[in-house]
Amino acid sequence: MSFLKINNLSVNYEMRKEVVHAARNVNIEVNKGEILGLVGESGSGKSTVGNAIINLIDEPGKVSNGSITLGDINLSKDPDNIIKYRGKKIGLIFQDPQTSLNPILTIGEQLIETIQTHLDLSREEAKNRSINLLKEVGIKEAEKRFDNYPHQFSGGMRQRVVISLALCCEPELLIADEPTTALDVSIQSQILKLIKKLTKDRNLAVILITHDMGVIAETTNRVAVMKNGNLVEIGATKEILVSPKEDYTKSLVSSVPPTNKKISRFKIIDKEKRKLVKNNIKILDRWTKKEIKKQKLVEVKNLSKSFDDNFFTENLKNSVMAVNDVSFNINEGESFGLVGESGSGKSTIAKMIVNLFKPSSGEIFFDNVCVTKLKKSIEMMKFRKQIQMIFQDPYSSLNGRLKVKDIISEPIKLHNSSISKNDLNNYIIDLLDSVELTQKSAERYPHEFSGGQRQRISIARALATQPRLLVCDEPTSALDVSIQAQILNLLKDLQEQLNLTILFISHDLPVVRQMCDKIGVLRNGKLCEVSNTEELFLKPKHDYTKELLHLMPKIESLYK
Amino acid sequence: MFQSALVMLVVSFVSFSLFNFVGDPINNMVGEETSDQERTELRETLGLTDPIHIQFSRFVVNASKGEFGISYQLRRPVSELISERLPATIELVVISALIALISGTLLGVYTGIKRKGILSDIILAVSLLGVSLPTFVIGILFIYLFAVILGVLPSFGRGEVVDLGFWTTGFLSVSGLKAIILPSVTLSLFQMTYIIRLVRAEMMEILQTDYIKFARARGINERSINYKHALKNGLIPVITIAGINIGTLIAFSIITETVFQWPGMGFLFIQAVQFVDIPIMSAYLVFIAFVFVMINFIVDILYYFIDPRIRVKGDVASG
Repeated sequence: MSFLKINNLSVNYEMRKEVVHAARNVNIEVNKGEILGLVGESGSGKSTVGNAIINLIDEPGKVSNGSITLGDINLSKDPDNIIKYRGKKIGLIFQDPQTSLNPILTIGEQLIETIQTHLDLSREEAKNRSINLLKEVGIKEAEKRFDNYPHQFSGGMRQRVVISLALCCEPELLIADEPTTALDVSIQSQILKLIKKLTKDRNLAVILITHDMGVIAETTNRVAVMKNGNLVEIGATKEILVSPKEDYTKSLVSSVPPTNKKISRFKIIDKEKRKLVKNNIKILDRWTKKEIKKQKLVEVKNLSKSFDDNFFTENLKNSVMAVNDVSFNINEGESFGLVGESGSGKSTIAKMIVNLFKPSSGEIFFDNVCVTKLKKSIEMMKFRKQIQMIFQDPYSSLNGRLKVKDIISEPIKLHNSSISKNDLNNYIIDLLDSVELTQKSAERYPHEFSGGQRQRISIARALATQPRLLVCDEPTSALDVSIQAQILNLLKDLQEQLNLTILFISHDLPVVRQMCDKIGVLRNGKLCEVSNTEELFLKPKHDYTKELLHLMPKIESLYK
Repeated sequence: MFQSALVMLVVSFVSFSLFNFVGDPINNMVGEETSDQERTELRETLGLTDPIHIQFSRFVVNASKGEFGISYQLRRPVSELISERLPATIELVVISALIALISGTLLGVYTGIKRKGILSDIILAVSLLGVSLPTFVIGILFIYLFAVILGVLPSFGRGEVVDLGFWTTGFLSVSGLKAIILPSVTLSLFQMTYIIRLVRAEMMEILQTDYIKFARARGINERSINYKHALKNGLIPVITIAGINIGTLIAFSIITETVFQWPGMGFLFIQAVQFVDIPIMSAYLVFIAFVFVMINFIVDILYYFIDPRIRVKGDVASG
């Protein structure tokens, strides 16, 4: 007899024009002491299922059918009763620890309030209980930190506080909605370990909602795969990931970048048939083909950048060295990866290379010209034309008020003001074609596109000036795995055919392994190690690299 | 602090220039039959022949002592006139600020939580009316309704006033309390509308945030979520606006005081304008600026108490 039973659950969102089925006839069972993974891409309904259990579906969503039983309580019979079980029987953890705590209450107040809501304890007893809990989730000096406000904790510590809040009244079911997505690898592994330990110690039933197959592989006992509100497949984790039965699961597994080897392209199953038509890049005709000279294109020398808190008191004690004495080279036609955790300075380096930030000290050479010393704006323009950037968030990096054709034509007109209207239109069409978007897209606005398509528009815009260097700052971290695979394939194709040089910035080691020839590992603004990709993954020299590699969740851990 | 001092200095310069350069102060002071010699003597004794920067620094020093010279029209020191009128205005403004803040916040929370109720719609519609109608129209309507037709409240003046020596208050007599109702409500309406809408927008936004969702998921009851978790966060921007608005209340009180013949500073100022009584005008200007600066200062300090993120700035995340 399983502990949580979800029977035929359907959730509908009644919109003005149509009814959206966020979940359709979902059947899931979870036992005590077991972690069930719930995977799927965005919009697959995995969070909806989690929220439905605790009856926290946003308006206008409604559970239209099905039942949920927890032990011998029927939760769906009386939806108003759920308030009694929230926190007491069921704990919920959200994705972002930065936003899930009330910023103006101390964590102690939040803990005590929750405990006193459910348990008949005095304030003193509740306080003791909270302090023990904080210790249990691994917060040091719990007595002292009890009176701290959420902003005084780092991201990982905050997620621990969130977990302690979710567990403070000893619920029997824990629903963790992407609990580690917003965290760095090293903290992710700590949090996952903590969840695993608590599951065992307290005999919890856990539902772990995530899109990260590596996390699933390393943490869960069983896994349920969802797509468009339907349950595709459910079974033991190993079975599902190693020998998936359904096509969708197969394509999902194949688009996950493997951590143990380098592959030339990602397999995209439902696209493969169409893809046989060779992607003929028309913009090649316009491209002034450069000879492949295996020489340095970018040279970074002793680059440093510090951000000062105070303009007046510029003392060294307060200034944060975001980038500290970093040197590396990128050869023409190569892809160079920069990896590191948040705050390691990888994006700062990218911004200095494209000259959005001025370095505090050090030099950057591009094609043997020192760009940090350029003064005249004409020279700067020449240089800017050759370097283009692709940003992380495809939603905020495109101007929502401009049509796609205007977005793409802007850099073209800026650098080539004499271009004729006809020529411009043809060029835009060619550019869109090269990123596999239709001609019609030119007349549409960014909000009409999905995240992956928007990122394609960003790429087209970046290619418009025929750059030699493409700086990609986490280009796929906001995207689903299958879309990520498509975008990475596209970047690879473009690089091959256009002989682009790419600076690829990511926190995602498997992705970097697939994309890059050379990798630099950053930590706290310092470069730990630079070496060829395969060498770095097989024989890491620096301790930090070893640690990162060890901690990264590996989907292959199941194959052993 | 530095900013506040700068603002005060600039405002005093403006009011100083008003005093000295708009017309000839001597001509304003003396009658027509004064001889030229007498005028020059007066000029000497008043220090008007000194260079401007000396005159200005004298003005600033005097102003900081609360001395603004002598009113042309009433022939009495301006500081005396102001301290006489100040209690009336302060009482009016404090009462209407309290009305605006308390009822504005309560109604704002209500409409923020019950977004679809009929009562919320009515509150919002009426409040819209409150902004659209100018203060004097509302004041006149109130007088007509409560003083003329119903005859329950006085239409002008402060009623009976009790003198406490340094302060004259209308709070201690029935007629004084009755008299303050209409002007203070009239004055508060506009601000109240503002606060209702602000609180409502804040509440609606905050109720969508993750931490409210997380609080719900922990089973915290709705009342605590609305008032402890949501409202406290929502009040942070409200305090900023409210602070600035108290300053505006004083400025707006000119109209209300005129409509209700309220013997406050606004009324004094209007009279001063009619008689080109420049010392009063410049003193009023400096005084209003001072109030604004002080309120901003207090708001900044309040922030410190309400928002822990400001309180422990510099104590960076650790652990």
